[in-house]
Amino acid sequence: MAKKTLQKPKAFQDVFTRKSRDQKTTHYCPGCGHGIAHKLIAEAMSDLGLQDRSTIVAPVGCSIFLYYYFDCRSLSVPHGRGPAAMTGISRVRPDTISISYQGDGDLAAIGTSEIIHSANRGENIAVFFINNAIYGMTGGQMAPTTPLEMRTTTSPRGRASETEGFPIAVCELISTLRAPVYVERVSLDTPANILGARRAIRKALQAQADRKGFTLVEILSPCPTQWRVDPTKTGEWIRENMHPIFKPGVYRDVLAETPSRPRPERREMSDGEMYALLGIDENATIRALPTGCEDFHLAYRFAGFGGQGVILLGMLLAQAGMASGYQVTWLPSYGPEMRGGTANSSVVLSTRAIGSPMVAETDVLVAMNGPSLEKFLPTVAPGGCVLYDSDPIETPPAAPDGVHLYPVPARDIAQQAGEARAANVVMLGVYAAIGDLFEEEVLADALRKAFAAKKGAVEANRRALAAGADYARSHFPCPAPDRPGVMVK
Amino acid sequence: MRMRLMRGNEAVVVGALLAHCEAFFGYPITPANEISEGAAKLFPLAGRTFVQAESEVAAINMVFGASSAGARCLTGSSGPGISLKMEGISYLACAELPAVIADICRVGPGLGNIYPSQGDYNQLVKGGGHGEYRVIVLAPNSAQEMCDFTIRAFDLADRYRTPVFVFTDGCVGQMMEPVHLPDLPPKPEPKPWALIPGAETNSNLVTSIFLEASEMESIILKLQAKYADIARDEVLCETYRTEDAEIVLVGFGIVSRVLRSVVEEARSEGLRVGLLRPQTLFPFPTEQIRELSERARSILVVELNNGQMVEDVRLAVAERCPVEFYGKMGGELPAIDDILARLRALMVEA
Ligand SMILES: Cc1ncc(C[n+]2csc(CCOP(=O)(O)OP(=O)(O)O)c2C)c(N)n1
Ligand code: SF4
Repeated sequence: MAKKTLQKPKAFQDVFTRKSRDQKTTHYCPGCGHGIAHKLIAEAMSDLGLQDRSTIVAPVGCSIFLYYYFDCRSLSVPHGRGPAAMTGISRVRPDTISISYQGDGDLAAIGTSEIIHSANRGENIAVFFINNAIYGMTGGQMAPTTPLEMRTTTSPRGRASETEGFPIAVCELISTLRAPVYVERVSLDTPANILGARRAIRKALQAQADRKGFTLVEILSPCPTQWRVDPTKTGEWIRENMHPIFKPGVYRDVLAETPSRPRPERREMSDGEMYALLGIDENATIRALPTGCEDFHLAYRFAGFGGQGVILLGMLLAQAGMASGYQVTWLPSYGPEMRGGTANSSVVLSTRAIGSPMVAETDVLVAMNGPSLEKFLPTVAPGGCVLYDSDPIETPPAAPDGVHLYPVPARDIAQQAGEARAANVVMLGVYAAIGDLFEEEVLADALRKAFAAKKGAVEANRRALAAGADYARSHFPCPAPDRPGVMVK
Repeated sequence: MRMRLMRGNEAVVVGALLAHCEAFFGYPITPANEISEGAAKLFPLAGRTFVQAESEVAAINMVFGASSAGARCLTGSSGPGISLKMEGISYLACAELPAVIADICRVGPGLGNIYPSQGDYNQLVKGGGHGEYRVIVLAPNSAQEMCDFTIRAFDLADRYRTPVFVFTDGCVGQMMEPVHLPDLPPKPEPKPWALIPGAETNSNLVTSIFLEASEMESIILKLQAKYADIARDEVLCETYRTEDAEIVLVGFGIVSRVLRSVVEEARSEGLRVGLLRPQTLFPFPTEQIRELSERARSILVVELNNGQMVEDVRLAVAERCPVEFYGKMGGELPAIDDILARLRALMVEA
């Protein structure tokens, strides 16, 4: 077995043509751990027959050009984002052997969010984490894994826990999560331990091939240049300075009891299935506009407490408007506006292309509570009409000139119709009768679409709609003689 | 009738599914949430990938990865989230990876508020991230265009191997309108450069680092040549009653809807006013605006910001006629009457 490491693995390039023609030396310093880690990974890739499926991250750090050496697909990613990029790859191309190769600055500083969350999601990626306790590429600055008291160019007096915190132990951190299936720390300090690293790397790649999930191998790795240590003495340095804080060992291994994940199948959909999924009813028709409505433009506002269904009420009107051949827009109040407990939606029905969907001047206001009536009554245009729930609002504020008020005991009517929550639909019924804009079937269809998912709700709401219309017919002239809210503007 | 009432944000998801988008990666933010929520609901049912990322930074890098593997992918966000994505977008542009990003702009700077805004114009149109790149920016003003432009965005992204923005405001994102669903566009062409498993792709490499100055310069020049092609071939804009217009209004997105109503009102008062609406912001309709500026007495640019696009209009007009600006910030749309008052005053001045 050990002999094999001496041969050049197939996944390691013969000549580094990606570097430049005829190059045979790596760009690493003598005694650098990156070269050893590369060879171990390339060898495992070749031996396990995974070269043609592997994609490896080239991180920002000294190993930024690792693709000079690996003979497989490679992606150079922004600093620290390897696990996110590999999440993308492994999700859309599940046959990929996804390898995120990262340094300690990359993984344990700028990329902490990405590593923790990809581990926590249990992404099917293998992470090889080169911990050399320093920033190599940028010239020896402090890393999150730098031991206490160590001098670096940005901890010139030695790393102090009071101001720089403690070295981050990544294996310990990651193994607190439930999703990772294999987490081990290995060390490149002696030939025997290098063999241990070899074994761990193979195990992680095999887990990838078996679709077992997230694995991480932390590799304690020499950086003689930035440590300012003789390349022959780095093993000692690792044992003395790193082993006490980064104890080699297996931190998590549930590979044996973890089943292989099924490969997600990308199912091809027919065009018909796709349109059905998108909620398209291919048989739906749009009616011709009723006569007398050829030039028409109305702005509606539906307002009340959140939960009174004013958002839905607007949608129902918009749906009925669309099916009747009008141009329509619907706009909800959104965000913190909703949080105070009031909500509103505005709808425009028009025979012309609709400009702004924002309703400044209202033609038809439906107010389900007092504050809404007070707030929006001044916006109603002369000739407009206001429907309000007379249950909570006993004495309405004075209406502006030329504005017609329609008090409706909507909650009562809804209750009697057997659906206490359908006061909004009662109001639609009232408006439908006085406004005389929609055919009954159009409204029924709008209800069917809105309540399709809720059993029994369609029938209850149809009763509420009819009860609203009945109430209007027995209390107000229907259709209204001046056709409130239907005048041609 | 393949028509349905839907929100602008939902129409982006629908457009993406029709355009064979394979994956959505995103992080919640108002007023763009319906994009994530719609994708969460529909993508898995259509056999596509949905991941709620831990941040916008992660989301754009998931896009970076998935796109490098040849998948069409989508992310969506707003203001602060778009700022976070900018590093990734610069990498996408340099590595020449396609991607579609929706920005449902809210009011900024800072946390600002969630109401409609066009304050991200400079951030998107002028680059936003580091280095000399540009992205295509499409500016829909209706739910229908949210769907159609998303489909177009995927096509442009693949064709030019570049990130493409679908840029609108909270109002267009939240608003529901009827959307007529088009026929399914053809499947995307295979991408031989992509990081897809196979012996034949072992040498495929997606990178944005080029240490040699001359090599880097040639990469940058190649990008600039691509942007020149885009500027020449991909401008979209719409005009309304500009033939005899003395004053031309210029506005995009939701503002253009308000301006259309303004034109109608102004015309009914006998004022000869027209409207030019850029549907692409990069490339910008420079030529079309220059042409109008030769005939118009003045141009009034209206934006939901402090005056960002107006600089591009001024460049196009090159002082052939006065260019005025009317801006609304904080989250309200400009009132038709206020713009009319401005127009009447301009008519007197001009
Ligand atoms: C966003 C960003 N910030 C900073 C840098 C600069 N930078 C390049 S490499 C590096 C540190 C890499 O250190 P590490 O991950 O430990 O890898 P090593 O070089 O030691 O192998 C930094 C900070 C960058 N490229 N991008
Ligand atoms: S600086 Fe350190 S990590 Fe970088 S190549 Fe040299 S030895 Fe390796």
